[in-house]
Amino acid sequence: MTTSRDEILNRLRSQSVPKTERPDLSAPELTQQWISYDDPAEQFATMLASVGGVCARVKNVDEVNQKLSEIPAYQESKKICSQISNCGTANVEISNVTDPHDFEDIDFAILPGEFAVAENGAVWITNDGGPARTLYFLSQHVALLVPAAEVVQHMHAAYERLSFETPSFGTFMSGPSKTADIEQSLVIGAHGARSLTVFLVENAF
Amino acid sequence: MPAHPKLATEFVKNKERAHWHDQSLWFVRSKRDAASGQIPEWELLREQASKIKSYTVSHLPDLLEEFEKNANAKGVHVHWARDAKEHNEIVHGILKQHNVTKVVKSKSMLTEECHLNPYLERQGIEIIDTDLGERIVQLQNKPPSHLVMPAIHIKKEEIGELFHEKLGTEKGATDPQYLTEAARQHLRQKFIGAEAGITGVNFAIAETGGFVVCTNEGNADLGTSLNKLHIACMGIEKLIPRANDLSVFLRLLARSATGQPITTYSSHFHGPAPGAEMHVVLLDNGRSEIAGSDKFRRSLNCIRCAACMNTCPVYRRSGGYSYNNTVPGPIGSILGPAKDAKEHSSLPFACSLCGSCTDVCPVKIDLHHQLLTWRKEIRVRGLLPFSKRLSMKMMGWMMQAPRLYRFAGKCARAIVPRLPRFLLYNRFNAWGKQRELPDFPKQSFREWMKKNHDNK
Repeated sequence: MTTSRDEILNRLRSQSVPKTERPDLSAPELTQQWISYDDPAEQFATMLASVGGVCARVKNVDEVNQKLSEIPAYQESKKICSQISNCGTANVEISNVTDPHDFEDIDFAILPGEFAVAENGAVWITNDGGPARTLYFLSQHVALLVPAAEVVQHMHAAYERLSFETPSFGTFMSGPSKTADIEQSLVIGAHGARSLTVFLVENAF
Repeated sequence: MPAHPKLATEFVKNKERAHWHDQSLWFVRSKRDAASGQIPEWELLREQASKIKSYTVSHLPDLLEEFEKNANAKGVHVHWARDAKEHNEIVHGILKQHNVTKVVKSKSMLTEECHLNPYLERQGIEIIDTDLGERIVQLQNKPPSHLVMPAIHIKKEEIGELFHEKLGTEKGATDPQYLTEAARQHLRQKFIGAEAGITGVNFAIAETGGFVVCTNEGNADLGTSLNKLHIACMGIEKLIPRANDLSVFLRLLARSATGQPITTYSSHFHGPAPGAEMHVVLLDNGRSEIAGSDKFRRSLNCIRCAACMNTCPVYRRSGGYSYNNTVPGPIGSILGPAKDAKEHSSLPFACSLCGSCTDVCPVKIDLHHQLLTWRKEIRVRGLLPFSKRLSMKMMGWMMQAPRLYRFAGKCARAIVPRLPRFLLYNRFNAWGKQRELPDFPKQSFREWMKKNHDNK
């Protein structure tokens, strides 16, 4: 008896489908035509704002702390956790948590983002799949810290940076969670974060 | 199975709602135009996307094996299902093995295609759709009416009523903000209590053995990061060869779907988290047959952005349910008959051949050409209803006899304007439903030519 796997593969192999070529996405005649921006960070900020997020360009972590303290949602937060040293007044220790359910009532999470994409306002975040992964989605509000130098022009440049050799999780996050499923009215805060603030930080952190 | 015109009649009975539905979708189409207009290389991107998908289909067996090998290497379990029944049994088998009774599901048209929910419910498993639109239609016991916006056809007053009854919101509440907040609280409990998460797959990558799921709400991520079991269900055509191909597709998908620059979350899953399990179920269910068809192969390019239905004048005015197919609209009218030509024989005729779907398709499917080809197929296979066959036959007969044609035209011009309304607008004149016949000209084009040109 053939397995479903073999049956599907055999059926596909028995067909004569004309073979076509895969385009070379790194060919100059393509790459020369990709959009580019004079000030990618500015473009990123504009795109993020268009999808309901906030971008702040800052010098260092001290300035992040200053800005955070001015955010009403942060002021009202009871449970705060942070994955950036000296950033935010965290009162929940992440490293002790083994079950992501323990993050159920986190109000504000301060987390790292690897790089930002000017074209669409997205930040690439990655995670080993431990419980902290949940923080990006379960926290009521999220702030991401991204090195200011790490803003790429577009998605093609983004994938040049990415490799998926080891088991991993990563996501492009663009703005707060949202839905327009009720009569096309945009509502911010569907399941994930109700707000997203991205800090583009000049100095190393 | 009721044909499209019959089901559409139900929808258009409510003129106000049909107009509102039309406007809602046109609004989304306009947003798509604005978003695509901001990318000067838009056409170039479409071209690449189309080429990548054609490459995929022409190398599908090799790429599937490559995907399986690389996914296995990352600790992902890969399953193969010939049809919907096998797919559901596999999913149930995995859940049973883990003693799971509560599942949260992220939006997936594939599981709709397989009727996974009712199947699992019969096995005593609670399965909750977590996309807000899908949750709304699930609470109504209905399928989605649109690929991307499952509840696009429902008014907020009805959702208010539904939530009042099912979720205990205030009676008469219609504010989308308030209703969404209620759903957030309700579904958060479901996320927290679930033991497994099921998602669809937007793209699977042969080169890396991983896959990508795109949502705006973050429900796929919450549903899979809070528990130890993730089952992803995908059609075999969702494969792409390399990770950097995603750059093309992620630039096109959300812009084509809702006019956003990218979905809020585009999550890349490459293997289970430590201590967790990840499964991928590959489903054929008729896709390999389409791959073998020279006429309809390109329909497998589809990335389910729904741009074709947002722009389709027929879909917008007749509603998703009138197609009676998991995938409605232009692309559904191709995929439906491919699955079962007899059952879905009316769908290729639910089209004005305006070509707008082909214009907006980000992967360059020649949608209206395929719809026309389906019409011929349906005729050849003898699946045309008698009324259509008869009228075509009579029309063909008359067209072949110029004198008869001229005589009939003359009679019509003389008689029709004098006929009483009840003789003109009755059930035999489908064209005259909801619209007036145009004024008949005094002379035919032929007569006009003769008078104005032939003698000069």
